[in-house]
Parts: sequence; structure tokens; C-alpha cells
Amino acid sequence: MALPATRPSAAVPSGAALSSDQLLEIYYYLRLTRTLEERLVALYRQTKVIGGLFRSLGQEGESVASAYALERGRNKDILSPLIRNLGSLLVMGAQPIEILRQYMAKADSPTRGRELNVHFNDLEKGYLGQISHLGDMIPVMAGIALTFKMRREPRVGLVYIGDGGTSTGTFHEGLNFAAVQRLPLVVIGEYNHWAYSTPPKKQFAVKDLAEKAKAYGIPAVTVDGNDVFAVYEATRFAVERARRGKGVHFVEVKTYRRKGHAEHDDQHYVPKAELEQWAKANDPVDRYVQRLLAADLAAEADMKDIDERVRVEVDQATDACVDEPLPPAESALPGVYVEPAAADKLWFKAP
Amino acid sequence: MAEVTFLEALRQGLWEEMERDERVFILGEDVGLYGGAFKVTEGFSKRFGESRVIDTPISEAAIVGAAAGAAHMGLRPVAEMQFIDFISCAYDMLTNYVATARYRAGLSTPLVVRGPCGGYVRGGPFHSQNPEAAFLHTPGLKIVYPATARDAKGLIKASIRDEDPVLYLEHKWLYRRIKEQLPEGEEVLTPIGQARLAREGKHLSIITYGATLWKSLEAADKLDQEDGVSVEVVDLRTLLPMDDAAIVATVKKTNKVLIVHEDTRTGGIAGEIAARINEQAFEWLDGPILRVTAHDVPLPYAPTLEDFVLPQTDDIVKAARWLAKY
Repeated sequence: MALPATRPSAAVPSGAALSSDQLLEIYYYLRLTRTLEERLVALYRQTKVIGGLFRSLGQEGESVASAYALERGRNKDILSPLIRNLGSLLVMGAQPIEILRQYMAKADSPTRGRELNVHFNDLEKGYLGQISHLGDMIPVMAGIALTFKMRREPRVGLVYIGDGGTSTGTFHEGLNFAAVQRLPLVVIGEYNHWAYSTPPKKQFAVKDLAEKAKAYGIPAVTVDGNDVFAVYEATRFAVERARRGKGVHFVEVKTYRRKGHAEHDDQHYVPKAELEQWAKANDPVDRYVQRLLAADLAAEADMKDIDERVRVEVDQATDACVDEPLPPAESALPGVYVEPAAADKLWFKAP
Repeated sequence: MAEVTFLEALRQGLWEEMERDERVFILGEDVGLYGGAFKVTEGFSKRFGESRVIDTPISEAAIVGAAAGAAHMGLRPVAEMQFIDFISCAYDMLTNYVATARYRAGLSTPLVVRGPCGGYVRGGPFHSQNPEAAFLHTPGLKIVYPATARDAKGLIKASIRDEDPVLYLEHKWLYRRIKEQLPEGEEVLTPIGQARLAREGKHLSIITYGATLWKSLEAADKLDQEDGVSVEVVDLRTLLPMDDAAIVATVKKTNKVLIVHEDTRTGGIAGEIAARINEQAFEWLDGPILRVTAHDVPLPYAPTLEDFVLPQTDDIVKAARWLAKY
């Protein structure tokens, strides 16, 4: 089987499968992810973000590249992102204003103020929001892939799991179920070195997450997660293999969480030199830009135009929603069931 | 009319829904060629094929999780727990993922999780449980618990057709013990959320469900014959959403209430029913609301122990006599 490199590699992938427009589109999503998160930091500091803020700094490359390997559009492939997969959500068509409204709990947010941050979905566009219980989305996405298989649709599911999340029971149950059923599912294992404050050596006794997948009879590959090309090619291979009915595939991406678990977390447990090294020498966006320029795959001016376009888009989205109202209190009651349509209002809440 | 057992009625309901709607499929452990541990799905694999009757690994969380994903996509999964005791392995998936899906994310999750529950069968601590109280506390789920063959059929069909997730609890002591004449060629549907007046009475009400319905009816006969006490018996059938109107109506009629359930006492459903009566019909009560339940212990195996722990007909008679005299 012609699998991509199993270790971080210095070899320059050709990128030939991607047109220059596509390469710039990937750059657009990388930049949009980073700029949107920077805007959220500003809003967080102004106390406009209601809850926590979760950054994907340093991981944007694998999020964007893996999602970009899917077929997008109405009723095509479906992915389920985790908290640090904002990039994958944007690639699938989620709008910056939706993310901003979610974080600020606005009445017009996709969940109407009921859920946080990236926890929302649009199955037609192709994304299913996570719940906070890590691992649970593996069986659920297996169920979605099962539907593709039962209906003989050439569609693929993709689901993310972090290094810490691979310790959960649902991860293992879901992975095994999907393997036995040979479901069209791709699992992206994000080895980002930190599960809140817990490093890999306290989380598992294997070297690579890929070993866990292999134990279930699932082909697994480990790639440099900060190499956009490597992640794209490995995921593309896995996706097309799944689409051909060959079953589950696991792609481990080695990357690094450069911010704390959430914005409140000062990361005192992270070795400073290690953090600086990843920021300086292994930033996925920097590496991608350098690669494009070195191989003459894109012009610097085009990327500068995209930077400006992203800035304007994020500004406009922010201006459009920052002063919007929160949801009215009694909108908390409807929608638990179809029938009964709303929970009873308790008498002591009456005016 | 044909006489069918509770189990056969359930089987018919499942079969009819599979025939009626190709979106309906079954998944669970040993449900395929083997036909399920209690043979509820016997013959289904042959008729509907392995893609609609899926044998799974021993992975309750994956079974329920996969059912949820399929339900989001428009299918109508029926997940079997081989014994309902194992539903606790899927507790996270049901309460955190499935139950919240519509509210938090607008996701439709029309699935049924069903399985054999209950004691009186010498099953020991892990093949006898009644898990309803653990899920009653979860907005987003519905819980049905049929006691008759007609409702076994009518409620499985209604559960499959419901737009929201339903836990369907089937008491294994009733499987082959209960027989009933059911019409042939006529659709049997039991609406979710409606209790049934199982016996009319004047002096005292028993509110119950599941296997203890039959013990309560037996007790009512005895009280009528030996004491001249006329007992009304309400079969809840659906535990969530609870039929408050039926509960309040019987309280207003007899003014005395005995709640009977097989599950353990502390935190059991009887407490919730009592609270609702307190809030909605306090002034109609002519005596304390009493509970007849299991003792607060895991269910033991030996017949002497199990019979002592679980509520029996004589226990119901004794409590009812006390209340009738109050």
C-alpha cells in the first residue's frame, strides 16, 4: 500500500494535485482561522466572550488541511470538529459571524445562546458539533458513516480526537465498531502534546497514537501535523480509500498546542524553550507560506491580498454582531422535545 | 383476534414497523441470526437482511452513539440492550449526547433503546435492574414501560414513530407470563404520555407500572373480596413525560394514594409522583401518600432474598389496608 511518509519528513511534497487557486484557498482558511481567533482574544479581554476561549494556535495547519481533503458542498462529506478545529469548521462553510455569535452567546447564534463556541452543526454543509465528553463523537460519526454505507452513498465521515481523548472508552468502542463494520470513516488523531496540563507520558504508554488504531485492524499513518501538504495528502489518501469502501483509516498528526487549555490557563507547566522552539521554527502557517514562496507556487502579493480580505471580513462580522442582544430568558423553555413543545414555566418565575 | 404473549406482541410491533418503514433498523448484541437473548428479534435477520439487523460488538456506548448518528441522518434505529442493566454503560451517550441534541443543536434524534428489565426471575444484581429513575431526571428522553401485551405492541410502534429518543423498558417477567387477545389486521398504537385506568375503584388508588401492575391488580382483588375495599389501579405506561392529569384525577376521586414500584425506594419514581400530588392535589388527600417499593439494596440472587427485597402482592395488601383505615 502506497502510504505517505510515516515520520515527519523534509521531503517537499509536490502539491501538484492542488491548483494555485486551491493553494491560495488553503492559505485563506489558515489566515482566517488565526485572525478570527485573534479577534476573539480581543473580545475576550473586553469581556464580550461569555465563556472560555479555546485557541488552536499552532494547529491550524492540520485542521484546515484535513478538512480540505473532503468533498464539500450540500450533502457531501461530514466531519465532526473538536474545540481546536475551528479551521476545519471554516473550511466546511461555517461563517465567522456564526463563530463570533456563538462565543458571545447571541440570540441569533446558531444555537440561540444554548451552546458554546464551535459546538454547533449544519449537517447539510457537513459538520456536526461535538459535545464536551471527549470520544463520544467517534461512535456518533460511526453512525453517520454507517448511514452512508447502508444507503450506498459515496460519502465519507471524518472525526477528530486529541491525544488525551484517545484514553476514553467511547474512542475505543467507536473505533472498534467502525473497523468491524468497515465504515467510510477517517479519524484524525491530534497529538498536540497537552491534554489540559497532562503530557503524553502521563496519558498513555505507546509512542504513537497510530499504534492504538492499528490494534483494531485499522491502517494508520503518522505525519508531521504542521506540514499542511503532508496532512492534506495523508488525509486525501485516507478519504478516497474510505470512499472506495475500504473502511476506516487513521491519520495521526503530530503538532503542538501553543496556548493554554483555554485563555485563562497560563501554561506554567509547559517548558518555555519548547514553546518558543515550536513558535519560531515550526509554525504551520509560516511553513506553508515559505513552502509556497520557495516553490514559486503562489505570489506574496496574492497572500497579502488575502490577509487584507480576511481582516475586512472579520471586522465586518464583528461589527455586525457585537452589539446584538442575548436571547430572551423564556426562550430557554422550548425545543427539548417536538412534543411537548416547551418545558413548563415554573410558577415562581411568573411576574 | 389471536392470543399473543407480551413478547410476541412486542415482536409483532417491531416487525410491523420494519415492514412499514425501511428507515427502521435494529442493532445490538446477538440480535441477528441468533435472534436476541430472549428471541425478540428471531427471524428478523432472515426477513430484513443483515444490513437492517446489525450484530454489534459488546459496546453499549458505541451502539447508542452509532444509533444517534444514524438517527441524525434520517434513519430510525432501534438499539437493543441485551439486558437493560447494561444501559448504564451507555449512560453518558444517552444523557449527554442523545438527550441534549435537539435542545442544544437542533438535531433530530429519533431512536429507541429497548431491553429486558426487572426482577422476580432470580437474575441477581446485574440481570434484574429497573433503570428508569436514572433517566427520569434527563430532559430530552422519553421513557415508556408497558405492562400489557397490547401496550407492548402499541408502545414499541409509537416509540419508533416518535420524533425524539425513547427508552422502552420491557419486563422479562411479563414476556411469556402475560397473554392477551389482540386484533389481527388492525393497527395497535398506544400514545406516549398517557396512563391507563387498569381498574376502577372508589376508596383508594394504586399508581404503578410494569410487573407490579399485575401484583397491584391481584392485591385489589384480595382487598375487594376480603375487606370490601374498592381499589382503583392506574397503569402509568409512560414514565416520562408523566401523565399528571391521570394521577390528579385518581387522587381527586379516591383521596388516598399508594404508589407501587419494583425499583428501589430512595430516589425512586414514587418520590416524584408524590411531589406532584403534593403540588397539584394536596387538599384532596385524606391520608399520607404511601410507597411500596423494593428495599434499598442491590437485588440479590437467592429466592428467599429476592422475594423479601422486592414488593409482593401481600406487601401491597398490607399497605393498602393501613391506608384504607387511616
